[in-house]
Amino acid sequence: MIPELGHFALILSLPVAALVGVLALLGAHRNRAPWIALAKPGAQALALLVTVAYLCLTQAFIANDFSVIYVAQHSNSLLPLQYRIAGVWGGHEGSLLLWMLMLSWWALLVTWFSRNLPAPMLARVLGTLCLVAFGFLLFILLTSNPFERILPGVAEGKDLNPLLQDPGLIIHPPLLYMGYVGFSVAYAFAVAALLSGQLDAAWARWSRPWTVVAWIFLTLGIAMGSWWAYYELGWGGWWFWDPVENASFMPWLIGTALLHSLAVTEKRGSFKNWTVLLAISAFSLSLLGTFLVRSGVLTSVHAFATDPTRGVFILAFLVTVIGASLALFVWRAPSVGLGGRFGLFSRESLLLTNNVLLAVATGTVLLGTLYPLLVDALALGKISVGPPYFNAVFAPIMAPLLFLMGVGPFARWKHASIAEIARLLKWALAVAGVVAVTLPFLYGSWTPLVGLGLLLATWITLTAVLHFVQRVQATRGDAGFLAAALRQPRHFWGMHLAHLGVAVFVVGVTMVGGYEEEKDVKMGPGDTVTVSGYSFRFLGVQRVEGPNYVAMRGEVELLKNGKVDRLLHPEKRNYHSSMMPMTEAAIDAGLLRDVYVSLGEPIDRDQPEGEWAVRVYYKPFVDWIWGGCVLMSLGGLIAILDRRYRNVGRRGTATPAQEAAA
Amino acid sequence: MKARHKRIALILGALAALGLIAAFVLNALNDNLAFFYSPTDVKDGKAPQNKVFRIGGLVQNGTLTRQPDGVTMAFVVTDTIHDIPVRYKGILPDLFQEGKGVVAQGKLGEDGIFTANEVLAKHDENYMPPEAAQALEKAHQAGSGDAGAKTVIPAGGTEPAAAPRK
Repeated sequence: MIPELGHFALILSLPVAALVGVLALLGAHRNRAPWIALAKPGAQALALLVTVAYLCLTQAFIANDFSVIYVAQHSNSLLPLQYRIAGVWGGHEGSLLLWMLMLSWWALLVTWFSRNLPAPMLARVLGTLCLVAFGFLLFILLTSNPFERILPGVAEGKDLNPLLQDPGLIIHPPLLYMGYVGFSVAYAFAVAALLSGQLDAAWARWSRPWTVVAWIFLTLGIAMGSWWAYYELGWGGWWFWDPVENASFMPWLIGTALLHSLAVTEKRGSFKNWTVLLAISAFSLSLLGTFLVRSGVLTSVHAFATDPTRGVFILAFLVTVIGASLALFVWRAPSVGLGGRFGLFSRESLLLTNNVLLAVATGTVLLGTLYPLLVDALALGKISVGPPYFNAVFAPIMAPLLFLMGVGPFARWKHASIAEIARLLKWALAVAGVVAVTLPFLYGSWTPLVGLGLLLATWITLTAVLHFVQRVQATRGDAGFLAAALRQPRHFWGMHLAHLGVAVFVVGVTMVGGYEEEKDVKMGPGDTVTVSGYSFRFLGVQRVEGPNYVAMRGEVELLKNGKVDRLLHPEKRNYHSSMMPMTEAAIDAGLLRDVYVSLGEPIDRDQPEGEWAVRVYYKPFVDWIWGGCVLMSLGGLIAILDRRYRNVGRRGTATPAQEAAA
Repeated sequence: MKARHKRIALILGALAALGLIAAFVLNALNDNLAFFYSPTDVKDGKAPQNKVFRIGGLVQNGTLTRQPDGVTMAFVVTDTIHDIPVRYKGILPDLFQEGKGVVAQGKLGEDGIFTANEVLAKHDENYMPPEAAQALEKAHQAGSGDAGAKTVIPAGGTEPAAAPRK
């Protein structure tokens, strides 16, 4: 009964989305107040219906209702409760429903936090969101219905993919989807602004916090996925340039460009067309990501949820969304105007360089991801593009970006002086150079890439601190330094924290890339292997029972200076229902390094308690990679708590000139 | 006049930079492409020597052995018509199994042994790498004369171990 209720709610949401979408947009166009007034309650009703549908599916999972095909395929009565709840998004149909749920909640949030938005603008934003929702609902109902029944039901479910039975799964997809789908709000604001012709500083100010929130979720989602791959897949890497990873990274790169471009549009009124284009691109790339992951066109580790027939629908949807918004852009953009002029070297030109570099980076990732598909589609053979391509093109694009990150905050709007900035920053550059040349020798050897990475990380840190101190000193008057620092606007704190996060991230990437060590060895009970000063003594393997699996559990002593530091317990699991083997790595995490042990397989299959193939890793600074991402997100969070976003609308009509003074 | 010259110089500079980036990116792409060959292609001499490429097919039953060093694995990849012996030093993925589909990336030695530096097996016991499926399908079409019935192996779902071996 409950699955039918969910199915009914989902069906009902389809006409609601269509009706609200069309009426809100038409109402705003023709200035019909009753139609415009419909947008808010309409979007709220849509959110309610989708939430009901989602909860019904969750209930079917909790109650082990194996007469629902989707539940039977992705759950099992032995599955622990938390994984039954998370199992809702463990497959294709459910993850699309989660996508839809997020979209309806974003629209709901817009209705709550938009009291100061003019009613026609709000109607256009919500109308656009509802039309996107309509497309997705149609897709779910026509091709991927999670509520389909099989009667009589099966006695036992197939179980959730063991890879997904991990706390990482509970958090990673929802975070990522919140980010993906969050760009729909920035997109809806851009479309609304194009429709109304109101592309101004107020528009940039409205869409900025929404964009930042989506970006925060996406940053955390990607970092979470990377961390999950690191400890769960047992490969010890943090990024593989897998097509699905790229699919989430492209919207992030463009989203980052959008954040910086919005800053210029808000403060100076420039870059308006470019900002709109970025907003459209960010959401289009999110849709492209969904298409790539869900259509089955990719060979990747994420291929557990694939079906080529569905790809055609998403592709058509993608073409419609991108085509319609680009057509709107071409039609409206010429009337937008250029905004404030700026000099060859200025805050604007530096942010433009940032945007161009991020866009080029996105283009190279797109090329590497889609090229194999293109070659395959043209029947020219099957190829793959390896990580060396991405590494080779990424470093030269990112290096100038990271260098300019240190310069940007010092440059004035309109016109900046190179000489003045050079005078201010020459010592920072000198110190960064010394660090880059000397510090690597503490770790044994110097390589150009390690030197470059440390140079840039130190440079970003020093310039951020310098800028922060300079600004506090300039505004402190008689107050103490700390008091004056705390009085600085939150967007200022946020920016520097996020930039410091980038520096921390760069340190992590550089050190892991330069000094990680890996050994695959054969070990019997009592054997010891040494990696980068850490000794691992293998004590043996025992059989243990889990709730829905049997595991061979290894016991490994980590020795430091000959003394036992910690006991590590890597596992090799076999899940009852699917008989899939799974590696659970054991990691001793630390601020300056991780050490990592995972079990391969028994040397002799008939003697699983004897010798094993074991993999050990030494990973210096690897946790800084994710720590840096957390800092970036925290910076974003602090920035949107800035006072000026609280009075959005009332001050939204202020001229760019007034804003420039702020 | 002067402002216009400046603008033209700027545009030319930007175009040159863009061209440089494009050349660099395409060069990097070209250097890091790995083409895919089936075991039959390799036997026909279509695969390059001393360049990284991918092979795919089934891991032939009963061929997986561990070398004396304990960490190097040897196995045979087959498309049911031709076989390629493969060596891989390291720990194989969890879902690597005899009789299942596999894709390996590496170089072909002069002794005809393929030394893999990467072995991919997918994270679902029923999933077949598309490359491996294609290699089998091609082999089936080529060998359908004597095999009698035509069997098509789709990219996922079926049990690849059921593919007949001549």
